[in-house]
Amino acid sequence: MTGVGRRLRASSWQGSPRLAWAAFAALGVLLAALPFLVDAGMGRSWVRILDFALLYVMLALGLNIVVGFAGLLDLGYVAFYAVGAYVYALLASPHFGIHLPFWALLPLGAAFACLAGVLLGAPTLRLRGDYLAIVTLGFGEIVRIFLNNLNAPINVTNGPQGVNLIDPIRFGDTALHPSVTLFGVTLPGTHAHYYLFLALTLLTVFVAFRLQRSRIGRAWVAIREDEVAAVAMGINTRNVKLLAFAMGATFGGVGGGLFAAFQGFVSPESFTLLESIMILCMVVLGGMGHIPGVMLGALLLTVLPELLRYIGPLQTAVLGHVAVDPSDLRMLLFGIALVAVMIFRPEGLWPSPQRARELSPDNPDETRQEQETLVDASR
Amino acid sequence: MPPGEAPLLEARAVGKRFGGLAALAEVSLTIRRGEIYGLIGPNGAGKTTFFNCLTGLYRATEGAFLLDGAPLTGLKPHAIVARGIARTFQNIRLFANMTALENVMVGRHARTRSGVLGAILGTAATRAEERDTVDRARALLAYVGIEARADDLAKHLPYGDQRRLEIARALATEPRLLALDEPAAGMNATETAALRGLLERLRGDGVTLLLIEHDVALVMGLCDRVAVLDYGRRIAEGSPAEVRADPQVITAYLGGALP
Repeated sequence: MTGVGRRLRASSWQGSPRLAWAAFAALGVLLAALPFLVDAGMGRSWVRILDFALLYVMLALGLNIVVGFAGLLDLGYVAFYAVGAYVYALLASPHFGIHLPFWALLPLGAAFACLAGVLLGAPTLRLRGDYLAIVTLGFGEIVRIFLNNLNAPINVTNGPQGVNLIDPIRFGDTALHPSVTLFGVTLPGTHAHYYLFLALTLLTVFVAFRLQRSRIGRAWVAIREDEVAAVAMGINTRNVKLLAFAMGATFGGVGGGLFAAFQGFVSPESFTLLESIMILCMVVLGGMGHIPGVMLGALLLTVLPELLRYIGPLQTAVLGHVAVDPSDLRMLLFGIALVAVMIFRPEGLWPSPQRARELSPDNPDETRQEQETLVDASR
Repeated sequence: MPPGEAPLLEARAVGKRFGGLAALAEVSLTIRRGEIYGLIGPNGAGKTTFFNCLTGLYRATEGAFLLDGAPLTGLKPHAIVARGIARTFQNIRLFANMTALENVMVGRHARTRSGVLGAILGTAATRAEERDTVDRARALLAYVGIEARADDLAKHLPYGDQRRLEIARALATEPRLLALDEPAAGMNATETAALRGLLERLRGDGVTLLLIEHDVALVMGLCDRVAVLDYGRRIAEGSPAEVRADPQVITAYLGGALP
């Protein structure tokens, strides 16, 4: 931490706790009013996008534990999301005629995903970098293909048709879908889900922060930095890596359960490799290992592609007709944006202060120190 | 050795083969409690291989290590740390993007217990352990003389301080035996003198040290006893004066004897 950084933080937070509380309160009010503002300004479909954005924040925070903290490149993260979603779907739908309550299903989905995380983690412990990425990628595809084909001889997953008519989230007699009436106020389902997802997202953020600043969190980073040195410090790398996989998978499982309940329908199509890569992009783009950065990445990558849909109407307004199909252009622009970010901000949009300094030697003080170290080392 | 006192570490005919190459063969030595024991030898003599076998990074093909009489055979490296052997590396291996303080805190891993649940719930036990970890880490940074750099990233420390940080991190594991792999490598005369002061202080505080070193002046001045490796074999063991006079050692270092 440079002197400047310390002073900056001291002046903005410790210096005036009242200001910090005011900022928190303002943020709280904004978050509470957001679905209504968005609904009024942009329409109901955008509240739905908001819900998904929160879901992706949870997923990205989970993947961040594996990739950002422990440095294990996981390209099959969506498998855990799928496990959580299918556990919910199969145990709360007419498919098997089982209708377990929400409060039991969410932990159950998380537990199954956690188990899947350990199952994936165990055989890949010796692998690193590229090799690990390939195996996890394969694992993600295996899960999807299983879901696609487990409709015969015994129909477990209902194959490519997916599972329909999934029970909505229900607290006692109150279901969140299609609308909730509380104290005489009727809340649309999308708004109700927003508040539930927001609460769970905040819980996820809290857990992620707590883990990062713990003995286990330090062990994860130590393994990322230098595995041999980590072992020499008495860290049981096998267990600690498995823990990273298990924790990340648990987050994914919770997200999956919420997804199933929110959509009311799941099919293998939702759990493709592209989805894994999207979540990884959120982590990398936002700032690997930095929780606020990862959250920003998840929000941007959920909202931006939706905004790019407006290119179609925009073309009609300017040119009078649609020259390029918006869905083609959308992915193109999205790709260009990703490339640009990686070129101009390789450390991510909002990296941790330490990582920012590491990748951009703009700080003259820092650079001088680095050179001294080099001179020292070459003596 | 006073009669009845078992050595802290005993290597019994340790051997390590890489295919047809015997990197170590029948290396036996004993390290007494509280001494600084030097391990020297020409390049490629097997000193670092010996270290890697001792700390479990390699599995010795023959022989055994006994710490306080208990065999270390078959233990994983992290379990050996838990038994009380810590090490530093020849080419510094710090956690580069963690602060100096965090590096030492990682060293406490084997001596602390809190898990995921404690961390998430923030239980009283976890918080107490965390406070203790920070306090001990700060104390160790002060002990090696770099407490002012506690919040700097490890990679931004000057070279000499990085060596000190590595020692502080190893000390955080509460070792009975601290094994240092060429701690003075790449240091200038001033830094070496300061390092020597630190090692003497460690001995004064009752830490047993095993030292691989190329700086012969440092080894001869500092160590209580020295063993010499050549081509994977221990060719001499004794006080620095005895070893210096040993004809086999002179041959190993200077080539064939004069006619």
